[in-house]
Amino acid sequence: MAAQVEPIIRVRGLRTQFGDQVVHQDLDLDVRRGEILGIVGGSGTGKSVLLRTIIGLNRPAAGRIEVFGQDMAKITAAERMAVEQRWGVLFQDGALFSSLTVAQNIEVPMKEHLDMPARLRDEIAALKIAMVGLPPEAGSKYPSELSGGMRKRAGLARSLALDPDLIFLDEPTSGLDPIGAANFDQLIRRLQINLGLTVFMVTHDLDSLHAICDRIAMLAEKRIMVIGSMADMLHHEHPWVHEYFHGPRARAARRKDEEVSG
Amino acid sequence: MATEAGGAVLVQAGGHWDARNVTRLDQQLRGLAAGTGAAVTLDLAQVDRLDTAGAWLLYRTRKELRAHGGRADYAGLTPAHEAMLEQVAANDQPAEIEPPRQPALLAVLDRLGRGAVDVVLEGRQQIAFLGLLLLTLAGTLRHPGRLRLVPLIYHMEKVGFNAVPIVGLISFLIGVVLAYQGAVQLQRFGAEIFVVNLIAVSVLREIAILLTAIVVAGRSGSAFTAEIGSMAVNEEVDAMRTLGLDPMEVLVLPRVLALVITLPLLAFFADMMGLFGGMMMCWAVLDISPALFLERLQGAVSPWSFWVGMIKAPFFAFLISMVGCLEGLRVARSAESVGQQTTRSVVTGIFLVIVADALFSVFFAAVGV
Repeated sequence: MAAQVEPIIRVRGLRTQFGDQVVHQDLDLDVRRGEILGIVGGSGTGKSVLLRTIIGLNRPAAGRIEVFGQDMAKITAAERMAVEQRWGVLFQDGALFSSLTVAQNIEVPMKEHLDMPARLRDEIAALKIAMVGLPPEAGSKYPSELSGGMRKRAGLARSLALDPDLIFLDEPTSGLDPIGAANFDQLIRRLQINLGLTVFMVTHDLDSLHAICDRIAMLAEKRIMVIGSMADMLHHEHPWVHEYFHGPRARAARRKDEEVSG
Repeated sequence: MATEAGGAVLVQAGGHWDARNVTRLDQQLRGLAAGTGAAVTLDLAQVDRLDTAGAWLLYRTRKELRAHGGRADYAGLTPAHEAMLEQVAANDQPAEIEPPRQPALLAVLDRLGRGAVDVVLEGRQQIAFLGLLLLTLAGTLRHPGRLRLVPLIYHMEKVGFNAVPIVGLISFLIGVVLAYQGAVQLQRFGAEIFVVNLIAVSVLREIAILLTAIVVAGRSGSAFTAEIGSMAVNEEVDAMRTLGLDPMEVLVLPRVLALVITLPLLAFFADMMGLFGGMMMCWAVLDISPALFLERLQGAVSPWSFWVGMIKAPFFAFLISMVGCLEGLRVARSAESVGQQTTRSVVTGIFLVIVADALFSVFFAAVGV
């Protein structure tokens, strides 16, 4: 049903390479508005590279990337800035600015792009801190004083600062304990429902894939080999896909999923 | 947008209530919230886009009106609006933005006190590090096989050989400047031939080695700190320790030895280039031919003038490299810290070199050379 809707991200014929090493070849991908899409694949298949290419940190060697219906290769600097205000990015370790407190980190995009009075900025920063489940005293802490999980939450709060339509998450649950990871999953789900977000998530975490992803795209052989729901993945024939979703760890995650829903 | 009727206020909100528009709305709503305790209805029927920033404004306005004893309610909510307002209400929690600031005077005293304690602690660390370094050196002398030759050669190339052009150029120019300035002064007494003595003594005893040490402190002392510091940030130094590798042996000793070996060579090169610069200038401005210059040179300097400069080189090298490595190992786990320690390493390195130079002057004066 959602397939007819204009996709929020459309990638066509993408090729990325570093020197002679080709990472992606003829890669096509559509991300639908309002979905949580999980990108999976073995280590070194270029999941993070794909994310970085879509947000413009890597220049593709060939192909076309459209975000919000605009061709990223052809837009002007001003249009690009407008697009950047409509997305948020959470890097693997949060990538918080180490010389600013958590609250000041969240205020950076507001300060940069919107002419907001300081008081309102502080109020909204406090709101985002609460939304990602950080305690109020975390606001005045510097990133070096936080644990890895708190840094991720703070990074998420910064990526949500301008109420984006689309967020990119690079391995949001890696390095978190199982409880923290499950909480983070629920947080993303809740935000996605309440704020109407589209989520593009690179992950290795089978639990997250089961718990919150609407669709899963598997990167293999330099392209998106399969894309579909969890059920599609489980019934796919390809040996690698089968191994990925039926391996010992996958079975454990599935069992847990069935216990919860059943 | 606000209409008043019989003590009741109807606020009709419309359009986009999102982060891009809240600045304008914020001022209007603050004015409204500061008003009297009338009954206010916030009508959202015309709002077609509401995000958390917009929802926060509505929620805050209602909260403040109620706190003033007035009545305030939403109207015309769609389920999506309701969910957004609930989301905001659930997360109404003021947060700290910055760590509490001290009063200015107290902050100055605080910094002064911390700085003073820091100087003492750092001095103590330097002495402890010196001891550790000497112990490592002694251990390596006993088991020369443990010396890491490849890194030693690599660092000798980087800190010594690659510094040759810049050290040579600076020394040549200083020779030129000294010759010119000396000539202008000495010409007034008709004693321009003594410019050779001036150049020879100042270049050989002091200037060549001091300038070389300062250039190397800026060039290689800082590199040592940044290299070791980045490794510390990356936990590489800790990893090394767990693998049974001694960072003193692997990281520090090759760098210190490389500089102790190459700085005297650089200093010698600087001596030659300084004299060469002076000679060229004398030839050009004072018509003192190179042959005459060299002849005067032999009379002007004793071998000790040369050795006084050269003796200092390994000591300076030791100080610069020791400080560079120590500051690198003191880096905390942040990018900012690497920068701080690098600055510190250069400043401390140059400071120690100049202090040591002063001590050497006193010493050489006492022994009479």
